[in-house]
Amino acid sequence: MYDKSKIFAGLAVFVVVMTYPFWNNIGSAAYVRPELEKPKNSQACVENVELMRTEHMSMLNEWRDEVVRDGVHEYHSKTSNQVFQKSLTKTCMKCHENKDKFCDKCHNTVAVDPYCWDCHVDPKGVQK
Amino acid sequence: MSDLPRPEALFANIDYTPPKADWMDVPTVIKPGRYCYAANPDSVNYVGLPHAHKWNPLDDDWGLPENWQEIIFNGLRERLHKFRSFKIFMDICVRCGACADKCHFFIGSGDPKNMPVLRAELLRSVYRGEFTTFGKILGRFAGGRKLTADVLKEWWYYFFQCSECRRCSVFCPYGIDTAEITIIGRELLNLIGLNIDWIATPVANCYRTGNHLGIQPHAFFDMIDFFCDDIEDITGIRPEPSFNKKGADILFITPSGDVFADPGTYTCMGYLILFEYLKREYGLDVTWSTYASEGGNFGFFTSHETMKRLNSKMYMEAKRLGAKWILGGECGHMWRVIHQYMDTLNGPDFQGSHMETPVNPITGTVFKNAAGTKMVHIAEFTADLIKHGKLNLNKKRNANIHLTWHDSCNPARGMGLLEEPRYVARNVVEKFTDMPEGTIREQTFCCGGGAGLNAGENDELRMMGGLPRANAVKYVHEKYGVNMLGCVCAIDRAVLPNSMEYWVPEVDVCGLHELVGNALVFPGEKERETDLRGEDLPGEDE
Amino acid sequence: MKALYSLFLVFALAAFALLGAGTLGMEKAFGLYIPFLAVAVFVVGFCLRVVDWGKSAVPFCIPTTCGQQESLPWIKQNKIENPSTTCGVVIRMLLEILTFRSLFRNTKVDLHAGTRVAYSSSKWLWLGALAFHYAFLITVVRHLRFFTEPVPGLIATLDAMDSLLQIGAPTLYLSNLIFVAALLYLFLRRVVVPQVRYISQVQDYFPLFLILGIAFSGIFMRYFAKVDIISVKQLTMGLVTFSWVIPDGIGAMFYVHIFLVSVLLAYFPLSKLMHMGGVFLSPTRNMNCASRKYRHVNPWKFENVHYHTYEEYEDEFREKMVEKGLPVDKPLAEGAE
Repeated sequence: MYDKSKIFAGLAVFVVVMTYPFWNNIGSAAYVRPELEKPKNSQACVENVELMRTEHMSMLNEWRDEVVRDGVHEYHSKTSNQVFQKSLTKTCMKCHENKDKFCDKCHNTVAVDPYCWDCHVDPKGVQK
Repeated sequence: MSDLPRPEALFANIDYTPPKADWMDVPTVIKPGRYCYAANPDSVNYVGLPHAHKWNPLDDDWGLPENWQEIIFNGLRERLHKFRSFKIFMDICVRCGACADKCHFFIGSGDPKNMPVLRAELLRSVYRGEFTTFGKILGRFAGGRKLTADVLKEWWYYFFQCSECRRCSVFCPYGIDTAEITIIGRELLNLIGLNIDWIATPVANCYRTGNHLGIQPHAFFDMIDFFCDDIEDITGIRPEPSFNKKGADILFITPSGDVFADPGTYTCMGYLILFEYLKREYGLDVTWSTYASEGGNFGFFTSHETMKRLNSKMYMEAKRLGAKWILGGECGHMWRVIHQYMDTLNGPDFQGSHMETPVNPITGTVFKNAAGTKMVHIAEFTADLIKHGKLNLNKKRNANIHLTWHDSCNPARGMGLLEEPRYVARNVVEKFTDMPEGTIREQTFCCGGGAGLNAGENDELRMMGGLPRANAVKYVHEKYGVNMLGCVCAIDRAVLPNSMEYWVPEVDVCGLHELVGNALVFPGEKERETDLRGEDLPGEDE
Repeated sequence: MKALYSLFLVFALAAFALLGAGTLGMEKAFGLYIPFLAVAVFVVGFCLRVVDWGKSAVPFCIPTTCGQQESLPWIKQNKIENPSTTCGVVIRMLLEILTFRSLFRNTKVDLHAGTRVAYSSSKWLWLGALAFHYAFLITVVRHLRFFTEPVPGLIATLDAMDSLLQIGAPTLYLSNLIFVAALLYLFLRRVVVPQVRYISQVQDYFPLFLILGIAFSGIFMRYFAKVDIISVKQLTMGLVTFSWVIPDGIGAMFYVHIFLVSVLLAYFPLSKLMHMGGVFLSPTRNMNCASRKYRHVNPWKFENVHYHTYEEYEDEFREKMVEKGLPVDKPLAEGAE
């Protein structure tokens, strides 16, 4: 007894599962880096782009803690000597005013579901 | 037995701390008391097995053929191809160590090479070192090593310290069965004539006379006749068994140990009483065979081919006599062979076309579970009779017995015969207590002498291996007053009395049908004064 | 010593990736060519190994029976541990593969005074192994967010569940904690338990350290030295759609991570990690136990087997048999000549 058919069936399942990323993407459009809506009203963010890309979530997390727990509302930028108010809606979303066209673009593509919006209201979203 | 230390001393010597040095660097020292004598070349020759020669395990030179490595390599290659089990077990062990403390020989000896994983590594390391690319290039770094004479001696020493009981395979997450590795390991050793005499001589005897002890037909007849005398003395009823009877419905085959050595003989008397009762009451037609007078199969401990050759007699004899099906006696590895190998090995070649799915002619029960092999275990048969109220049993005759049950390894883990003997036992004794969980049923321990290791010279090994079983018996003996250890295996009945005497002297060993024989009441039989052992029966009015 | 070798080897591999992708600027090799090759080696190698096993025969029906057999109708069979139907075998295999049934039985032996041996239940290995394998599985499935666009809801949900506690940002994955804890446990028991240390080899420590290295480099990238995750996705999506690109600004730690994963994938088919496939093929688990009911057919034959027939037997013992009145096939006079 060799159980050839069972072994080949098992291997077929294995190959199909293991190559899922390859065949799943056949026929779909090539992946492009999400196009983010640039703010119209300002040129620079609180910090430089590289830092914001990788650290914005930590920054927002710290801001929340410092505002809520310590009552410290001012953020001194490390790159521009400017002072900002630590606020998602009043600072960040002043410029990046559309959540759909900015935040969600990247978050969706890497399946990140930040809980900012559990409490905060998306300003644009309300108007909709 | 003189060199055997006292139990306390033997126990105190068990040390589970492995040596500092890597196991590949620990030389194998063959210790008297832990090995069995080399096979008698005449026995090896008789069955035509390769390279029969005289040798002594304690000598440096084992008289190996010049091209012994080549023989082993070819044998290994062939078996990797023939046995998927072996190949997979060589490849996938992750050395998690779950099996390590499951082996009775490890528990009792502390020798790390008795851990199932390491026993397999002895062979696996050579497989890696000689057969896999990684192992060939990286050698020891990849866990590989070369096959040297020392490695071969290590194989021999440790593959004959495994009783193929399969307990480790119950715990292995991949079901790696050390028995399978030991079987193949022994098969390889057998290719260059390195067998042990306690296996080779029974094999030769069985081949020639039909049974391990070399009992010739007239002597076999005499021995059974002698039991009939005893039974007549005790019960007043003389059984008249038939031998080699053509046209009998059922052929009965039991291990020859039951015909030869106490306490198996009492079990044999039990069969005789049962069959006589069934013949008189219901006209059961059972015959014994002198040609196929062995249930046990030491070929199983030699090679698959030898197993086939010895086993073939069962079907050949059933065919010659025209028996509809075969009833098998109480034996351990015999039942592993019957349940898992027999129909595959010999069914196509020798199973007579007249054979039928076994039916109990008395109860009408169809043994559908034996439809292919056409062989029924006597515990299944007797349990069926009791369930249907066909036996008149008097438990009081066994009132002095407080029984516990030893599940024999092979019927437990190579078949699953767990409830049938318990059901029979509970119907013939008044007091029955099981040993603790983890020591019975599928987790049962070997007696310490299975797979051909019940020689006299390896007594220390047997006592070490017997410790876990004896320890569990001791527990129920001390806690509940158990005084009898029941089992369905002829090797058990040969090994356990020694082991009990050593570890728990207050407990005796018996087979299932000895108890049945004691309890069975013939119509109009005289009042029995003794049990089958000739000991006074407990007073009924006490 | 063997553990140190393995640790050193993993460090060397990580350093190699740092040097290659970082200093020497061979991002293409480490980000695209090697990973792709590794996946190919893994899938093809795995299949070849299994096919190679499949070429070996299953001559006998040798399942380990771990419960009551099917026999008399009134005796309750253990239909899973001693299955006599295909359905039973499938359930047995599922329990084995999904819940590590056999490992769950694990016990530990201890010696006590007065020649007493005691066994106690020991579930730590089972728990550690199960935790490790499931955390690994969740981690792998979670990573599909880098290989799909849009990310399927199931994967997003798994991700959300894994970050259920909402600790920190990026949120802590529970599977990260379990994964590392289980790996450390599996490593520590190899070093601490004397018997396990005794049987452990380089190829036991190496995958442990390799997987730990993968875990640490991944964790490092997520929580500490963060990389531009969108660039990473550009690379990974390019990899699986064969439009290979190396976006700018991916941290070196990413290359360490993906290189170690590649090593693991390529090493897999050559190693004990093949137990992933082997467990499905283990004859002591995947066979029907009702071997007396159904004949199992051995595909190969024994050649030139000699049997001792009844005729030969009677010829040798006829005289003695007749003397005892045992029936014989040929009468004595005829046989004696």
